[in-house]
Amino acid sequence: MEEAAVSIKDMLQKDQILSSGHRMCAGCAAPTIVKLMGMALRGPTIVCEATGCLEVATTIYPFTAWKIPWIHVAFENAAAVASGVIEAQKIMREKDRSEYEHVDVIAIGGDGGTFDIGFGAISGMLERGHDVVYMVYDNGAYQNTGIQRSGATLPGQETTTSWAGKVEPGKRQRKKPLAEIVAAHKTPYVATVDPYHYRDFIMKFRKALEVDGPAFIHAFSPCPRGWRSDTSRSIELAKMAVEVGIHPLYEVIDGEEWIMSGPSKRIKELTPLEEFWALQGQFRHLKDPKWSDFKKDLQDQVNHDWELLKKRCGIE
Amino acid sequence: MRPGCPCSVSYYASDTLTLVVLVEVTIIVEDFQKFAADGEVHTAVIPVESEHSAMSACVGASAIGARVATASASAGLALMWEILYCAASMRMPIVFTVANRALSAPINIHNDHSDGMGMRDSGFVQLYCQSSQEAYDTTIMAFKLAEDHDVLLPVMVGIDGFILSHNVERVEMLPTEMVHKFLGVRDPVQPLDPKNPITMGPLALTDYYFEFKEQQDRAMWRVPEAYKKVEEEFKKITGRSYGMFEDYKTKDADIIILAMSTMGGTAKAVADVLREKGEKVGVIRLKMFRPFPSEEIAEAVGDAKAVMIFEKAMSFGAVTSPLAMEVRSALYNVDKRPMVVDFVVGLGGRDVPPTTFVEGYEKTKRYLEKGQAPLYETLGVRK
Ligand SMILES: Cc1ncc(C[n+]2csc(CCOP(=O)(O)OP(=O)(O)O)c2C)c(N)n1
Ligand code: SF4
Ligand SMILES: [Mg+2]
Repeated sequence: MEEAAVSIKDMLQKDQILSSGHRMCAGCAAPTIVKLMGMALRGPTIVCEATGCLEVATTIYPFTAWKIPWIHVAFENAAAVASGVIEAQKIMREKDRSEYEHVDVIAIGGDGGTFDIGFGAISGMLERGHDVVYMVYDNGAYQNTGIQRSGATLPGQETTTSWAGKVEPGKRQRKKPLAEIVAAHKTPYVATVDPYHYRDFIMKFRKALEVDGPAFIHAFSPCPRGWRSDTSRSIELAKMAVEVGIHPLYEVIDGEEWIMSGPSKRIKELTPLEEFWALQGQFRHLKDPKWSDFKKDLQDQVNHDWELLKKRCGIE
Repeated sequence: MRPGCPCSVSYYASDTLTLVVLVEVTIIVEDFQKFAADGEVHTAVIPVESEHSAMSACVGASAIGARVATASASAGLALMWEILYCAASMRMPIVFTVANRALSAPINIHNDHSDGMGMRDSGFVQLYCQSSQEAYDTTIMAFKLAEDHDVLLPVMVGIDGFILSHNVERVEMLPTEMVHKFLGVRDPVQPLDPKNPITMGPLALTDYYFEFKEQQDRAMWRVPEAYKKVEEEFKKITGRSYGMFEDYKTKDADIIILAMSTMGGTAKAVADVLREKGEKVGVIRLKMFRPFPSEEIAEAVGDAKAVMIFEKAMSFGAVTSPLAMEVRSALYNVDKRPMVVDFVVGLGGRDVPPTTFVEGYEKTKRYLEKGQAPLYETLGVRK
């Protein structure tokens, strides 16, 4: 995969695509993610978004924070809407009914809209090979509707549908390995990103736009409201997610070539999960000694996944 | 190409049609894909993984200004349900052919109107057709109606599953250029356009949501006017038009049969036979179910003694069945209210032969003598 043709310095100068005054919570990482995405844009672009926090809070009628064309239809269909947009644009251009040689089409969904209910539509879009960049901003739960568990919720995480209690440690199940599943579609470009590593984020997003055919970006998105974390520590949490190995940064080309990205490659040893949990109310219950075996299992799982990823990326 | 198959509609409208979104379920879809494969149509085809995605992709494509069509029925239509409301509310002029079929369970592939009635409040204009020719003509007109700037609503064109969707009959096709000229190119009002960015499909809460619905409702009531205009133009080039409903020998009728789609044909044949026997029977074959032409229906019913409805859908637990509910409401304000009799027939593709109409007719005469009729009843079913 070639490096993007534009320098990061130029990209950082770009006009913002999201105005201030949107109504996301203080400290929410999602608007930062959109801002970084905006820096990677290269021309006429249309955004198709799924229902969720970002959609709801940035477009409360009669206001909108979006400075580029944007459409929302429903919770589970951003990928299908994007398919319609890209195909219509292409054929209208062929028929000389569009002034744009090319329009970049981006679909955005939350983890609920992507890992769970929108999964079929994404799989369909990937199979059809539509030239769309799909980005999930993953805040680990259905935050907009009150912190319900999703397929992206981490084991040990407390949500309003995976309570921690006398006999339960929060969610028990693993997180769905979505980037891997998307890669398994032989998707031309898959990358995980994180708002702390903004250069890595922007360069990957740009690559995603430049690649022919579908691309998938998995962005880690701290949510102070749902995670019960300090609003000033979201970007720090994003950094830690990479260090503890729950959101390693990598790329997968054509579902075959696995490349560990710089920030993850530089990690000698994973930071213990404990440090990541300590900053969030949603893991507070794990301090109870009765969950020490459960915690050890979670740490083992992350270590195991990390070793597997390193092997896939040809490290060691 | 099967002459007479309504799929040929898409073929001739094709150069003006930009995009078709399809799940492989109907003959319409298969044949259209064949035209595309042979390069006979210059239309993008998106073979989607589900009907939910089909309607979603239609909305996306329509949002950037393309002329868009899709087709479905039954379970597939049911899966689209959520997005039907979005399509209408977002004012996307999508043309949607529905080969009307029964809903599960039990799973069944045959004709009735449960799917169409299920989507009746979605905000789609609904036009139900009686013949292949009418299906062909209506589909062409539907684009013009949907895209009319006074309307901007999606239009459902209903054809009875199997009875019409798999029918073979002669159809007079229009020359391609004629269709092009009639439809022109879609002129979208507010497309998604990078040079003129807008936000579509926002959140609207207690302070604005209601206004969206108010406007949508007004648009719906501009349909009859726009439909008349479209039909007049169509008639000029083809000599054919259908009206919001077909009025058959109703002038002096004592009893009027009211039915939709292919049942209209049987009803007219039955009326002819009964008339030969001296019975004063007429038929209203309703084509436009949404918006419902209530005043016009009331006028056409005139001072008949009874309106006898034959319909292929139920509304479980309702006062009566969907079509009868509309007709009863439409007639509520007339001075000499006729008796309204409602027969639910043909569910799951059960045949509705002329004898069923005659049975209903005999019952209706008895009800008239008694001065009383049930709110609805089923005919042609084991009880
Ligand atoms: C079909 C459907 N089911 C449920 C909802 C209600 N709903 C709206 S947003 C949402 C959760 C969104 O979660 P996610 O995708 O993770 O985005 P987040 O709000 O966390 O950013 C739900 C359940 C809906 N709009 N549509
Ligand atoms: S609830 Fe979480 S994801 Fe939603 S706006 Fe607030 S911080 Fe962001
Ligand atoms: Mg979420």
